[in-house]
Amino acid sequence: MSDLETTERVLPSNAPGEDVAFEILGDGDFPTAEMSLSIGPAHPATHGVFRIVLDLDGERVRGARPVIGYMHRGFEKLAEYRDYRQIAALTNRHDWLSGFCNELGVAIAVESMLELEVPDRAQWIRMLMAEWNRILNHLMFIGSYALELGAITPMFYAFREREDIQHLMESATGGRLHFTYNQPGGVKIDLPKGFLKRSAEISKVTRERFDDYVDLVLGNEIFQGRTVGVGPLPQDVALSLGITGPTLHATGIAEDSRVTEPYLKYGDIDVEVPLGENGDAFDRFYVLLHRIRASLDIIDQIHDHMPAGPVNSKLPKMVKAPEGAIYVRTENPLGQLGYWLESDGGRTPWRFKMRTPSFSNVQAIPYLMQGALLPDAISILGSVFFVVGDIDR
Amino acid sequence: MAQTSLPGTGLLKGLAVTVKHLFKRPATLMYPYERNELAPRTRGVIALMDENCTVCMLCARECPDWCIYIDSHKETVPPAKEGGRARTRNVLDRFAIDFSLCMYCGICVEVCPFDALWWSPEFEYSEYTMDALLHEKDKLREWADTVPPPPALDEGAEAPAEVTEAIAKAEKELEAAAQKEADKAAAAEAATTEAKAGGSGPKKADEPKVAAGEIDQETYDALIAEGKSERIARSKAKAAYVKKEKARLKAEADAGGGDAEAAPTPKAADIKVEAGQIDQETYDALIAEGKTERMARAKAKAAWVKKEKARLAAEAESAAGAGAPAGEEAEPPSPTDAAGSDQAPSTDAPAEEPAATRKLGDVHVEGTGEIDQETYDALIAEGKSERIARAKAKAAWVKKAKQAKLDEEGGA
Amino acid sequence: MTVLTSTTALAQAPSILDVGDGVVLPILLKVALVLGLFFVVPLVGGYLEHKVMGRMQNRRGPVEAGPFGSLQLVADGIKFIQKEDIIPRAADKPMFALAPGLALVPALLVFLVIPLGPGVFAVDLELGLFYALAITSISVLGILLGGWASANKFSLIGGLRAGAQLIAYELPLIITAITVAVMAGTLSLVGIVEAQANFTLPGLEGFNLWFVFPQIVGFAIFFVAAMAELSRPPFDMPIGDSELVFGYMTEYTGIKFAMFLLTEYAGMITMSALMVVLFLGGWQILPGVATPGCEGAAGIMSCDPIGIAISVLVTLAKIMGLVFLMVWARVAYPRLREDQLQRISWLVLVPLSLANLAFVTILTVVL
Ligand code: SF4
Ligand code: SF4
Repeated sequence: MSDLETTERVLPSNAPGEDVAFEILGDGDFPTAEMSLSIGPAHPATHGVFRIVLDLDGERVRGARPVIGYMHRGFEKLAEYRDYRQIAALTNRHDWLSGFCNELGVAIAVESMLELEVPDRAQWIRMLMAEWNRILNHLMFIGSYALELGAITPMFYAFREREDIQHLMESATGGRLHFTYNQPGGVKIDLPKGFLKRSAEISKVTRERFDDYVDLVLGNEIFQGRTVGVGPLPQDVALSLGITGPTLHATGIAEDSRVTEPYLKYGDIDVEVPLGENGDAFDRFYVLLHRIRASLDIIDQIHDHMPAGPVNSKLPKMVKAPEGAIYVRTENPLGQLGYWLESDGGRTPWRFKMRTPSFSNVQAIPYLMQGALLPDAISILGSVFFVVGDIDR
Repeated sequence: MAQTSLPGTGLLKGLAVTVKHLFKRPATLMYPYERNELAPRTRGVIALMDENCTVCMLCARECPDWCIYIDSHKETVPPAKEGGRARTRNVLDRFAIDFSLCMYCGICVEVCPFDALWWSPEFEYSEYTMDALLHEKDKLREWADTVPPPPALDEGAEAPAEVTEAIAKAEKELEAAAQKEADKAAAAEAATTEAKAGGSGPKKADEPKVAAGEIDQETYDALIAEGKSERIARSKAKAAYVKKEKARLKAEADAGGGDAEAAPTPKAADIKVEAGQIDQETYDALIAEGKTERMARAKAKAAWVKKEKARLAAEAESAAGAGAPAGEEAEPPSPTDAAGSDQAPSTDAPAEEPAATRKLGDVHVEGTGEIDQETYDALIAEGKSERIARAKAKAAWVKKAKQAKLDEEGGA
Repeated sequence: MTVLTSTTALAQAPSILDVGDGVVLPILLKVALVLGLFFVVPLVGGYLEHKVMGRMQNRRGPVEAGPFGSLQLVADGIKFIQKEDIIPRAADKPMFALAPGLALVPALLVFLVIPLGPGVFAVDLELGLFYALAITSISVLGILLGGWASANKFSLIGGLRAGAQLIAYELPLIITAITVAVMAGTLSLVGIVEAQANFTLPGLEGFNLWFVFPQIVGFAIFFVAAMAELSRPPFDMPIGDSELVFGYMTEYTGIKFAMFLLTEYAGMITMSALMVVLFLGGWQILPGVATPGCEGAAGIMSCDPIGIAISVLVTLAKIMGLVFLMVWARVAYPRLREDQLQRISWLVLVPLSLANLAFVTILTVVL
């Protein structure tokens, strides 16, 4: 930084956020300058094309501005030109780690508009799949968050578990990420033989391996040193920013629509919502990890409840939602997912608005990163769990 | 929360967890050498059974990405009956799926009303360029052979309406068939000798229980493939067996009269449709291609049934071509009848007829992994992988060897 | 350099490579030894890291290149050579090109003084320990230079972190090394090994002790400081791939990148070798056990060829053992934060090593 005196504004560029350049602070004979560091759009910690512009004073973050939209695919508009069956295939792609839970929201929305009775068995199967999908999603973040803090191993363990679960879900749905298993009125086809047995086995194995994550990550002093007290999120800020899911639960607020507004058959079973206290990165991770255990508990209950019977109901060849509008919210792995579906009675929605958890959760980033150190900024970025496709849609 | 009591225990636990895994079996699957058993429902690639496609365009219209390309032309079919109206029919010229656009949603497979599209778990079709992912009809047809039968459903699943209906129907049919068989058998009994060669139909009729045990493998496989339960498939297949056997016997009888040279081999012995019989050639080829044991067996079974059917059809045809006037008996024939007509002088059956009707599949060639070098080189030159080239070249060798044998026999 | 001019003035023990009366042959042999060590042992260490890390993570590690994947790093090297060598337009080109070399050469030079067995070393300097520590800390100059010359903010931060880390960890490292020198009464690495063969505590006469036993604290400090100085995880903030992309190596490609990587692996070996020499009794099999085929001071100094071979193998095995420990830590732990690292250094390691030095000095004087 030898040429500070001569450079008032270094490298101005037209990229958004890039126009804040070096700015000379202080008047002493040792001038320091803020450096604007662009993390992303292609950066290992953003797992996707997400960008944050950091104003750095040394390693201290003075300000952080998320720049989103690199992955905007126009889902909401696209949905207006797709019929309801196609929308299911579309929605399992915005948050690609929670494909099943996304489809579920659409299916429920269409069903409620049609006032369609969904067979019991279909509802239980949907719950089973949704919880497995939740575990899939959380395992991914456990691995990737540890990786962001420099621990490489949990990722491999998490992927081993994910592989088993994906294989299980594939045997019923045919897909590993994009399940496309829901349809208005139920699920496409019943579970294959032996699915429930395999599901129970995997649930047992995952439960056994759960301790490995606690020992390897959660209990590790270095991990605690990196996360405890890092990026605390007060309850009021969280609420005012519309933050949901594990990030909200970490602050101690148990708002989970599986409990507060049960859909499917969640009212018939015990749903535990793990809570944190301080809303810091450690609590967020703690909540995420323990949600896996909670989901396994739910899965075991579902195995005991699974009724026999049909899994879908008879539908006309072309599903047309009646005129009107509905808002459906479901608890996605990352938080509340809301779909606003407005229909003019045609074969496609008139308006399809998504309220995605990742989009709301990243709103907390500027608040959380203010004044943090650069490594903590990464720790914070990883701990407000988001999927880039879910932000940009 | 999860704060450890003693400083350093967390660090030690981390070491313990990792060292524990040091002595565990790695979870790695050594992919090209080992393969995962993929679920039958896996959406790997879309296979087309083009003979089923009626060019209704539903799939192309419903595809969210519009990545299915279909071309067709209309053809006029002459009226079936004198004085009937000529009908038009759509003929499929082109059917292509652009897998670089496809999002594997499965809508096309779901909407196809004629079961022309299927999911296959095959997934190894990556290419170096995007446009190479546009696959045409022939390629899609090839994949149709890899479509596995769907898995049985969970115990709690409700049987679909078709299945429940089918059970009732099959049971009724079975009863009727058994009744008819019994009647027939009574009539045929006198003419039936102890000869076992293929006469299982009439013979079994003596003991309806035994007859009921025999099933038509083809029907059975097809039903299982359609996702019917084991029990239903079995009962239907039984009925089908009885039906077929009757038809066959009738056809044989039709042909029987002039069937002197046309059926020199004792096919009747082969005809017994036996569960578990597989087409060794297909089986070997598939194994060589690296398919799993299970898949290869299932396919080889299907192939065997197919071949057998084709062979029988061809035989019946040739026999008919032999111009037998004597085949009009209403009575089911017995092997002795056929044997008797063997002695009858052949009227006009051409000498090369048997060779012509014989299919490559009838010839058995012993191979110990020989390959057709020419094919192999050509494939390698085309940039196919070593493995594929070897498997294909092997198949080519077998084919050639068989042809040679056939020619030899034909010449003799 | 002194090495070339005087093998007698500064050298303590003769190397077995000093054959004949000529000057050229011994020098060629020594160059061969050092280069061989430099290019082979780090690759073995790297292979060990790949394999151990793989197995600990429930996978297999390299399997395809060579038997059991043992040639993976060689294959990687060949790949790196083939890759395009990109120099960013804004980079300071001469400095950018110089940096990997500046990092690599010191790592090579350290191998000059490392004794693998009785007489198996290029030269035994009287100031061997001093030389080794001085040379290793030059490597960081290359890293700083690379970080600066890349004209990349991530590289710059990485380079600066590496510099800060070096300053913080050089101190405990050197103080601990001094402690060992005080105990051994010499700075010669061969001399330190010999001293361990003779060292004993009152009441344990006839049973020699390696310095790791009285100095377990020192050993721990040295191990941690060495890992930090090498930027090995959990102290890999200068690289910090989730924060700084790849730190000072971000802009490097091809052979230059490979040179940085080789520096890291060679550093692992030299630091492990130093620890073996300073604390783990060098090439002695076990405390109180004489190497077969050797006689002289505590059965380790003058050996026949078999004894030498055994000694070399013992040293290498110990080095690999330490490499294993480093890999283990990498697999098990997340990365620390830069300020936490500094805090550990200045508030824990430096006072601890000073106390250790005082304790050992008093002990030595009293005894
Ligand atoms: S799977 Fe979906 S995207 Fe692919 S061809 Fe079929 S309908 Fe189109
Ligand atoms: S939907 Fe089926 S029958 Fe119709 S065009 Fe497509 S493949 Fe052919």
